[in-house]
Amino acid sequence: MSQDASTRRNAAATEFDRRDSSWWTDRIARTVVFAGGISAIVFIVGILLFIATQGLEFAATRLSWSEFFGSIAWRPNGHPAEYGALALIAGTASTTAIAMVIVVPLSIGAAIYIGEFARGKTREWLKILIELLAAIPSVVWGVIGLHVMGPLMTQAFGVPSGLNLLNAGIILGLMAAPIMTTIAEDALKAVPDTYREAAEALGATKWQVVFRVVLPHARPGLSAAVLLGVGRAFGETIAVLMASGHAINIPHSLFDPVRTLTATIAAELGETAEGDDHYQALFVLGMLLFVITFAINVTADSIVRGIRRKKA
Amino acid sequence: MDSAASAARPATGLAIEARGLNLWYGKFQALRDVNLQIRRGIVTALIGPSGCGKSTFLRSCNRINERLGYVSTTGTIQVLGHDIYGPDVSPIQVRRQIGMVFQRPNPLPLSIRDNILFGMRIHREEALHRAEADAIVEKSLREVLLWDRVKDRLSKKATTLSLEEQQKLCIARLLPLRPEVLLMDEPCSALDPEATRAVEDLIWDLRGNYSILIVTHNMAQARRASDECVFMLLGRVIEHSRTEDMFVTPQKTETADYIEGRFG
Repeated sequence: MSQDASTRRNAAATEFDRRDSSWWTDRIARTVVFAGGISAIVFIVGILLFIATQGLEFAATRLSWSEFFGSIAWRPNGHPAEYGALALIAGTASTTAIAMVIVVPLSIGAAIYIGEFARGKTREWLKILIELLAAIPSVVWGVIGLHVMGPLMTQAFGVPSGLNLLNAGIILGLMAAPIMTTIAEDALKAVPDTYREAAEALGATKWQVVFRVVLPHARPGLSAAVLLGVGRAFGETIAVLMASGHAINIPHSLFDPVRTLTATIAAELGETAEGDDHYQALFVLGMLLFVITFAINVTADSIVRGIRRKKA
Repeated sequence: MDSAASAARPATGLAIEARGLNLWYGKFQALRDVNLQIRRGIVTALIGPSGCGKSTFLRSCNRINERLGYVSTTGTIQVLGHDIYGPDVSPIQVRRQIGMVFQRPNPLPLSIRDNILFGMRIHREEALHRAEADAIVEKSLREVLLWDRVKDRLSKKATTLSLEEQQKLCIARLLPLRPEVLLMDEPCSALDPEATRAVEDLIWDLRGNYSILIVTHNMAQARRASDECVFMLLGRVIEHSRTEDMFVTPQKTETADYIEGRFG
């Protein structure tokens, strides 16, 4: 009798710890997904450490920070070599700023049209086309800047070189447009439709609904969209290298050529010997880019988080 | 224009008059030859099982259902003697004159004060003076018995109010536009019994000054808080009579069956 009971208990026990195929699938899938999730952190920390260590020795000892942030003379091959990054910082800042002036109204306008006014097929087609815009490789944008916009600009404005701040700004703006439009449209879509209905039932016109209800409510999401666009324009390299004229210069007009941080790294890193001062100085530029991009993304992220908190 | 309109109103004595109204959502016909005369200054309840077209009819009366884009309509609805489906009529202007309260309270994500003033602000060319605005806010909130409860937090977001307060606010924000007709789409269905009673009492108080058309699922509510009742089934009006008559001596068997809970 008692033996009977214990066999039965054993039988039951084996029922509950069976390692069948679905148990193993679950186990393996969980491990793979975990590795995927954690890899983002591994890569970002790895890259950060790599950039930091490559430039660290030079940055800590021989680099003059007042020269780095205060001088426009970037002459790594000079005697003595000079590492003033001010013009490069100004180049990046000015191209990004011009890009934003052009693209923010364009993208927010496009998002409002797609999200609030366009209907049916028009809306679907526009969304597809804007996403296609994001699929154009950046070197193609560079070619457009170099061979289309450049000559166009010399003809239209009679300036000596069509490769300048305005050219790079326009190209960067167009490149940032898809992400900004898509994120901005998401922000508009997140505004509950009951708000629109309530306002329309009070007799608001379509534009009044957009301007007084939808846009104020979507403002944090729209700011995040703009910041992500800034990040996109900021980090772009090859297109801006081809369109900007690549001359070390603090621009005084839209038609001055400029040079950006990213383009400098791309153009010069190949000429350096690994570990020499020039090589390390370029990594300091990289570190600077990393810090600024990181700050932009953290800000965008905290804005989006702020929206969620407010909703909850 | 205004005086001509108000002169015309007593002559008809009707708030809403639908003639031969048919409505399709795409290919689905939701209203079939609806003829209805809703009298001014009373509460008329629209009852019927889900999908009978009562909400659709309500939403046709200020053309808000056209937001969907795939709605087509034949026949006419006259509101206060004006054909709101006329060729030159703008739905925007129709909605200014007809207030609507929704199933779920939907205050705008603005302050209590700005919710009340929203209608004024979108319809007036000139700016609203502060004193004038304050007076409008107080008057509207008093009319819905909310003033004493919220007067110290007018700048708080309206979404922080309780559901009952939100629904009352949604009624209050219609009042500055001086609508003649109020459309209410199950205004109490998201509220608890106590809040339901408070809002019902309010609706009853507003009657006389406003013509109210209210959709309800709740038979008891229709019975205690309406003057006339319209029973709809499958997109048609089956019966329209005084509320007490409908509940005591319904004329049609469908009405009797529905009221007694045999379907729906």
